[in-house]
Amino acid sequence: MTDVASTDTPAGPPVAPAPAAKRGGRPDVKREVGAFTGAAHLALVLWAVATVGPLIWVVLASFKTNTEIFLGQPFALPGSFALDSYATAWNEANVGRYFLNSVFVVLVSTAGTMLFGAMAAYVLARYKFWGNRFIYYLFVSGLAFPTFMALPPLFLILRSMNLLNTFTGLILVYIAYSLPFTVFFLAAFFKTLPREIEEAATVDGASHTRTFFQIMVPMARSGLVSITIFNIVGQWNQYLLPVAIMQGAGADSKWVLTQGIAAISVSAGYQANWAALFAALTMSIIPMIVVYAFFQRQIQAGLTAGAVK
Amino acid sequence: MRHGKYPFIIGFLAVPVALYGTFVVAAYVQTFQLSFTSFRGFGAATYVGLDNFVRLWDDSQFWQALRNHAVLLIFLPLITIAIALVFAFLLNVGGGAKGGMQRGVWGSKFYRVVFFFPQLLALALVAVIFGRVYSPDGSGLINGLLNGGDDPILFLADQRWALWSILAVLIWQAVGFYVVLFSAGMGSVPQEIYEAAALDGATRVTLFFRVTIPLLWNTVQVAWVYLGIAAFDAFALVNIMTVDRGGPDGATMVLGMLIYRNIFDYSQYGYASAIGVVLFFLTLTFAALTLRVTRRDTVEM
Repeated sequence: MTDVASTDTPAGPPVAPAPAAKRGGRPDVKREVGAFTGAAHLALVLWAVATVGPLIWVVLASFKTNTEIFLGQPFALPGSFALDSYATAWNEANVGRYFLNSVFVVLVSTAGTMLFGAMAAYVLARYKFWGNRFIYYLFVSGLAFPTFMALPPLFLILRSMNLLNTFTGLILVYIAYSLPFTVFFLAAFFKTLPREIEEAATVDGASHTRTFFQIMVPMARSGLVSITIFNIVGQWNQYLLPVAIMQGAGADSKWVLTQGIAAISVSAGYQANWAALFAALTMSIIPMIVVYAFFQRQIQAGLTAGAVK
Repeated sequence: MRHGKYPFIIGFLAVPVALYGTFVVAAYVQTFQLSFTSFRGFGAATYVGLDNFVRLWDDSQFWQALRNHAVLLIFLPLITIAIALVFAFLLNVGGGAKGGMQRGVWGSKFYRVVFFFPQLLALALVAVIFGRVYSPDGSGLINGLLNGGDDPILFLADQRWALWSILAVLIWQAVGFYVVLFSAGMGSVPQEIYEAAALDGATRVTLFFRVTIPLLWNTVQVAWVYLGIAAFDAFALVNIMTVDRGGPDGATMVLGMLIYRNIFDYSQYGYASAIGVVLFFLTLTFAALTLRVTRRDTVEM
C-alpha cells in the first residue's frame, strides 16, 4: 500500500492495490521499459527543444542590441532588458495598429461567419424545400477549391465594387470563404439534434426564428464553440487574402498583423533594426501563448474538429 | 408545417448565399472564363482559346513549380506522419500498462501541449521567425549555434538547400497537430486490444506496427490528404522567406507564387487564371486519388 501511495498520483482512485501486485514480478519487462523510455524521452525532449528553442531565441533577441544579435551566440543573455525595441515596434513600426486591425477584422468577420453560417446550416439541415440539396452542395463544393484559384477574379470583383483596400471588403471575403467549412460542419451538427424539443416549441407557438435562436443555438453550443475557435484561428492567421486585398497607396494603415509583421521583416533589413522585428514577433506570439494556456483543450478540439469529421 | 416557412427559409439563406455567390462562386466560375482570355485588367477581355495553357506548357517556371510541389507532396506527408505517429504512440501507449490502462510516457500531457503550439501561429509569422533562424550569418539561430556565424550555411540562398529548408519549416509547424489528431485516434482504440496483445507478450515495437498503425490507418489517410493539400500551398513561406520570392533561380517556386506574381506584378489575369485552373485539377486529382482509399462511413459526433 505504501508503494502505491508513493508512486501513483495522490488524486488517483482509492482502489489501487491490484495493479501494484501486477507490476511486481516482471524484472525483464522493467529493463525493456528502462531502455525504451530513455530513448523515447530523448526524442520527445529534442522535439520540445526544437519547438520552444526558436521562440525563446526570438524573445531573447528582442532585448539585444544589433551587435549582440550578430555575435553568433543565439542563446546568450542580452546586456540589459530594456524595452526600447518594444516601444519602437509598437509606435514606429505600427505593430500596435496592425494588432488592433487584426482584432477588429477577426471579431467582426468571425461573428458574421458564425451568424450566417449557422443560419444557412440550420435551414439546410432541418428544412425540406426545393433547391435545398443544390445550395448545400454548392457550399460544400467550396471545400474542394484552392483559394489561390479564385484570386485573379476575386481581385477584379472587389475592384469593381470599390472594396479593395477596405475593411468591409476584407471582412466580407473572410466570411464568404469561411462559409463552406462552417456550413458543412454545422449542418452535420444540427442534423443530430433531436426533433422533439423543436416540435414542443412549435406547439407552444414559437416562431421559426425564435426556435432557432432560443432553442437550437443553445443546444448546438459545443459544435458552435469548436467551429468559432476554428474560424478565429483561421482568420487571425490568414495571410494570402489580406496581402491580395489590402495593398496600394495608403494601405499600410489598414494592414493586419500577419502582413504587417512580414512587411516589418523586410524593412528591418534595410534599417538594420533587428531588435524591433524580434520585439514585434514577441508581441505577436505572447498573446497566442496566453490564450493557448487558458483554452488549450478547446483550441486543440476546435482545430482538429475538421480532420476528425 | 407552420405558416411562414418559406419567408423564414429565404430570410435565413439570403445573406449567406449572396455573400458566397458574389465572392466565391462567381470568382471560381470566372477563373475558368478568364483562363481562356488575355485579360490585362482593363478594357474588354479577348478570348484566346487555349493559348494560356499552351504558353504554360512551355513555361519553365511552371514546370519548376510542379517539381517543387512533387518534392513537398512526397516528403511533407511522409516525414510529418512518421514523426507524429511515433510521438503519438509514445504519448499514449509508450508508458506501458498501469492499472490495466495503457499510459503514455511521463510528462506526455506537457509534450502534447508544447508540440501543438506552433499550429496556432500564423504561417506568415512562422515564416518571418525562420527567415531569421536560417539567417546566413551570426544572427541566424542555426549558423550562430553551429560555428558562431563563421563559414555559414546558406540555407535559403543555396539552390540545393532552399526547398528543403522550406520543407523543414512546414514539418516543424505541422507535427504537433498530427500528434494531437493521432492521439485522439489512439484514445478510441479499445483497451482490451492492448491487453490481449500484452498477454501474448507483444513488445512495444510490435504493438506500434501490428496494433496501432493498422487501427489508425483511416486517420493516417486523412492526414495524408491534409498534408498533401498543404504541399500545394506553401505560398506564405515562399513569399516571405525565399530569395527573389521563389528563388534562388526557381528552386522554391510554387504555383501560388506564380499566380500571385502574374496578377500583381504583371497584370496577366488570364494567364494567372490558367495556372489556377491547373492548380485546381491537380489538387482535385490528388484528393480524389487519396479519398478513394480513405472512403469510410460518416463519423457521428
